[in-house]
Amino acid sequence: MQVENKEFKPKIVAFCCNWCSYAGADLAGSSRLSYPAEVKIIRIPCSCRLNPMFILKAFQRGADGVILCGCHPGDCHYTTGNYFARRRMTTLFSMLNYLGIEKERTRVEWVSAAEGAKFSVVMNDFVKTITELGENKRLEDLRCKR
Amino acid sequence: MQKISAEMKKRASELLASGEVSRVIGWAEGDFCYDCSPATFTAENIDKLVYTDFCGANLSKYLIKESKKEGKILVFLKPCDTYSFNQLIQEHRIVRENIYVIGIPCDGKLDYDKFKFFDIEGVLGAESNGNELTVDTIYGKKTVNKEEVMLEKCLCCKGKKHMVYDELIGEEGELKESSRFSMVEKLEAMTEDERYAFWQGELSKCIRCNACRNVCPACSCENCVFDNPESNIASKANANEFEEKLFHIIRAWHVAGRCTDCGECSRVCPQNIPLHLLNRKFIKDMNTFYGEYQAGEDTETRAPLNSYKLNDREAYEFDKEGK
Repeated sequence: MQVENKEFKPKIVAFCCNWCSYAGADLAGSSRLSYPAEVKIIRIPCSCRLNPMFILKAFQRGADGVILCGCHPGDCHYTTGNYFARRRMTTLFSMLNYLGIEKERTRVEWVSAAEGAKFSVVMNDFVKTITELGENKRLEDLRCKR
Repeated sequence: MQKISAEMKKRASELLASGEVSRVIGWAEGDFCYDCSPATFTAENIDKLVYTDFCGANLSKYLIKESKKEGKILVFLKPCDTYSFNQLIQEHRIVRENIYVIGIPCDGKLDYDKFKFFDIEGVLGAESNGNELTVDTIYGKKTVNKEEVMLEKCLCCKGKKHMVYDELIGEEGELKESSRFSMVEKLEAMTEDERYAFWQGELSKCIRCNACRNVCPACSCENCVFDNPESNIASKANANEFEEKLFHIIRAWHVAGRCTDCGECSRVCPQNIPLHLLNRKFIKDMNTFYGEYQAGEDTETRAPLNSYKLNDREAYEFDKEGK
């Protein structure tokens, strides 16, 4: 059947901080660097704005991978936001893995506003990882599936 | 235990009579001797106060509301309850000036649910003598090893030392080493699939009674995310397996770094879900990542998630051992 042969295209949600990574994504675009269309960017004011609920909600609504991009440690627009985000995400990802969720599904990357090329590399690599990993089955909500 | 109980009643009556405190918070017996639940007392009904091996409840959380009322309140705290008390002070949830703390000794509380494994029914009372527990039932006396029928939280006791008190009944105890992370380590050693199967089995038992949230001394927000109809998880029953996981991840997450490991969540769970394993995972992680920290040990130290270091490990290094 046609549906079964359909190639798996993951859905990726990328939370990008307004000051660095979102601008980095912009630079990637204006520099004509490509990154996969599977990546859906959500802009947040700072990487520490990311509530763990956002990550779980993204998985619920059908995301196969969630990535958080923020300023490099030390470069936060709000001075210390990403240091807190780093601690939170480390413990949260550890917990998700403890519950048996594949650790490759979640990632944190530091991308500055000048690193358009890095943004493109990171996104290509992440989409590749998730495509190999397959569909998100362990944190899915069947009610949200079409 | 009866000696302590009598002394508690005496001190409470004295303090009430002198007008130093206007109310007392302690435990009262329900229909049966084994359903002791928290209750407030005044001079009229202070004789109803009990303290037995079935008084497992942590009284700290009730102080959030009680300490804001007029007059001073007397509270009896077991050693492990004092951690929660300190944590609430640190978070400015309770008014210290309105509270008079009496520290009381504890040598492990009993889990009535475990009695059924020993065919003990019709319990009239229990008296412990060291490691031996004599249960008085309507069918006569029975003896069991106390450790077999103790609450999970008491099997991993942090120690008999009170972190805070105004007055102490009995002698000051000592901290002791516990092997509370042994089950967490066992789970960590499993493969992802095994862990997933384990938690799928445990969490699918959840009936969303919200008892774990309501009893938790750290979980004390006035507006809870789980009461928000917009949150998709405010429903009383879990509609599907995602909601079970979401509820338990977020519940444990919201007390991460503030959880004193008092074990109330597992004690009240009607489905016997090992919720302490989620909390202990966070505690263990933060100990390995950011240095040893015991919430509620004092009221000054900042919690790991409220502070940072420039050279903290990156998120992808979470499964790396040591610092």
